[in-house]
Amino acid sequence: MAAKTLTIDGKQITAEEGETILQAATEAGIKIPTLCHLEGVYDIGACRLCLVEVKGTPKLLPACTLKVAEGMEVATDTERLRKYRRMTLELLFAERNHVCAVCVANGHCELQTLAYSQGMDHVRYEYTFPKWNVDNTHRLFGMDHNRCILCTRCVRVCWHIEGAGTKNVSGRGGKSKIITDLNQPWGASESCTECGKCVMACPTGALFQKGSTVGESERDRDKLEYIVNAREKKQWNA
Amino acid sequence: MILNDLIQIKEKELAARKKIVLRCCLAAGCVSSNSKGVKEQLDKAVAEAGLQNEVEVRGVGCMKLCCEGPLVAVDPKNELYVKVTTENASSIIAALQGGKAKVEQADPDSAFFTKQLSIVLANSGVVDPERIESYIAADGYLALHEVLNEMTPKEAVETMVKSGLRGRGGAGFPTGLKWGTVAKSAGAKKYVICNADEGDPGAFMDRSVLESDPHSVLEGMAIAAYAVGADQGFLYVRAEYPLAIARLQLAIKQAKQISLLGAGIFESPFNFNVEIRIGAGAFVCGEETALMMSVEGKRGTPRPRPPFPAESGLFGSPTLLNNVETFANVAAIYRKGAEWFAGIGTEKSKGTKVFALAGKIKNTGLIEVPMGTPLRTIVEEMGGGAPDGGKIKAVQTGGPSGGCIPSQHLDTPVDYESLGKLGSIMGSGGMIVMDETTKMVDVARFFMEFCMDESCGKCIPCRAGTVQMHNILDKILKRQATARDLAKLEELCDMVRNTSLCGLGQTAPNPTLSTLRFFRNEYEELLQPDTFGAGATQTQTATK
Repeated sequence: MAAKTLTIDGKQITAEEGETILQAATEAGIKIPTLCHLEGVYDIGACRLCLVEVKGTPKLLPACTLKVAEGMEVATDTERLRKYRRMTLELLFAERNHVCAVCVANGHCELQTLAYSQGMDHVRYEYTFPKWNVDNTHRLFGMDHNRCILCTRCVRVCWHIEGAGTKNVSGRGGKSKIITDLNQPWGASESCTECGKCVMACPTGALFQKGSTVGESERDRDKLEYIVNAREKKQWNA
Repeated sequence: MILNDLIQIKEKELAARKKIVLRCCLAAGCVSSNSKGVKEQLDKAVAEAGLQNEVEVRGVGCMKLCCEGPLVAVDPKNELYVKVTTENASSIIAALQGGKAKVEQADPDSAFFTKQLSIVLANSGVVDPERIESYIAADGYLALHEVLNEMTPKEAVETMVKSGLRGRGGAGFPTGLKWGTVAKSAGAKKYVICNADEGDPGAFMDRSVLESDPHSVLEGMAIAAYAVGADQGFLYVRAEYPLAIARLQLAIKQAKQISLLGAGIFESPFNFNVEIRIGAGAFVCGEETALMMSVEGKRGTPRPRPPFPAESGLFGSPTLLNNVETFANVAAIYRKGAEWFAGIGTEKSKGTKVFALAGKIKNTGLIEVPMGTPLRTIVEEMGGGAPDGGKIKAVQTGGPSGGCIPSQHLDTPVDYESLGKLGSIMGSGGMIVMDETTKMVDVARFFMEFCMDESCGKCIPCRAGTVQMHNILDKILKRQATARDLAKLEELCDMVRNTSLCGLGQTAPNPTLSTLRFFRNEYEELLQPDTFGAGATQTQTATK
């Protein structure tokens, strides 16, 4: 593999041929925001957060799929890019029903983290408040479409790591939806291996382990009484 | 099949020609007003009059003046009957023996016809699209023979470069350059794909070409395949074009039967097979990378370029993708020479362009004009202006990716650069004429709604941005928006255009941007005073 020298944000770096700008930047300690990118699966350049400016090219290009080239001059953090990134995040927040306070992923959510790091402190677009359902039919996992950002990480891990091919996308545009099998309830899926990779991959709270949601976190107060009662009656003594 | 066989077919076909030919349009437009019934009536009337030996009734493709269909032309009398019905069709036959037919006629020498220059549509309305012999009689497949026998693939590419042809799908990428790139790309297997997923609202050029002259597209694809080193072709046709699909299937079958497609074409080592793939109704599949995904049997979503299809396309192999009209130009270029083609049009835009003329205009239909023809010639002379004495306000080109050109710019010549400068694009050839009754914000909202519905949903700016832009346009139309909303709209236009993954999103703001540029007052008239802003100004004044 031949080495390539290039400049990212004014910093001269070397990278291996075939590497992406995102890989090269990460190695050089330059952080480019990403959302649909996930280490271990192939990139699709869909979320547009990692867009960078390349000297000599009028178009903005996604760092996750753009290969390094000799002498390339890349800018990852210009005023224009920061503005577009904030707008992209605003569009996402206005698109479905993202309510951090009651979300399983609150505090561990990549969308939330990105909004903080990119300085998106409010949404200027009108919320569309679409009606999406929650698929709770699976024994172990749930899918809340209100929180889905259609990054398709779940689809990619399902097909290319687990090889089950359960998850897919149906519909188009804003009506796109992650489905299981041929749009059946997840619990009825015959292809799902219950491996849970999709849940691990999800950047938001759209896919979750059952029992982890706010709604499910009920206190079991009867247990206290049961223990005290049992102790008094010495029911545990042999 | 060798050259002699081809010439024999041609001579046999010409020898069988009868003295009088009635050409009856059997393209989708006329078929929808029962031209099939008209043709049956004509056949019957010919038989009844005992004229079978003198009169041929030929089913042909589009004769361009679609608004007046069904059309019947009479050769060599140079008559064009319009709005023919099953009731009055037989009077055309009666008129052959003297007298006057009781059918309306159009003037074949009017500007609508005389200002046209037919290269792509040369056979349209002339040859029978369902008989390969008819195409061969019009010198069909001669160019393929010449290329296979007298040119190396490299020379074939050079000829295309010299011709100056640019992609007719809309973007206008130099065809020769594309061919050259695919030819040079290393790969044991290469593909040629014809993009027949014409989806712009109001556009029907490619459909007409496929229905009227399918063999010219096949011949163009075969020549392209030879030039780039491919042996497999795909025709990606949208399912909404059943007649085009049926005629293509028939054309492929007929060409295979006489070895003009398949193995060892013209007894050379060149093999070329073509298969049809039918689109499932997604506009985005007209985008080349999404189209290839669809051909592969996957969900039709675009992917980032590079790599370009010329390097890594269908199934990862180098792939040449051109649109129907581009391929339909090819055979004529090799038959008549690159210099001939380069002599037509303007300095940077060579040849002709087919437009589907529609909207508020007298003569709707298909026109083919040399590049550089002023819009005014097309709209006023050929199109006959707005109907009922209306005034033309704007011309929309390029569909949902294009823009509106206002009437003060009607003297703009039709070429890639001039239309681009006005914020529109050449596009694939849809041309929608608007008169004074058209509200431009409405137009912008219509196209935005189209893009919103047709966005594949893969990238965020296009998926969610078109929704927000559409909502703002809607709000403006409902007189609920303020200047603040308009500013947001403009900001979104800029963002979606620069950050979307594929051409659909990148061009979705164009109709809005171009109407904002030329008809900003129509937007502003609908705005409401910004109460928040007004209050702020008052406070400022007060503190002064």
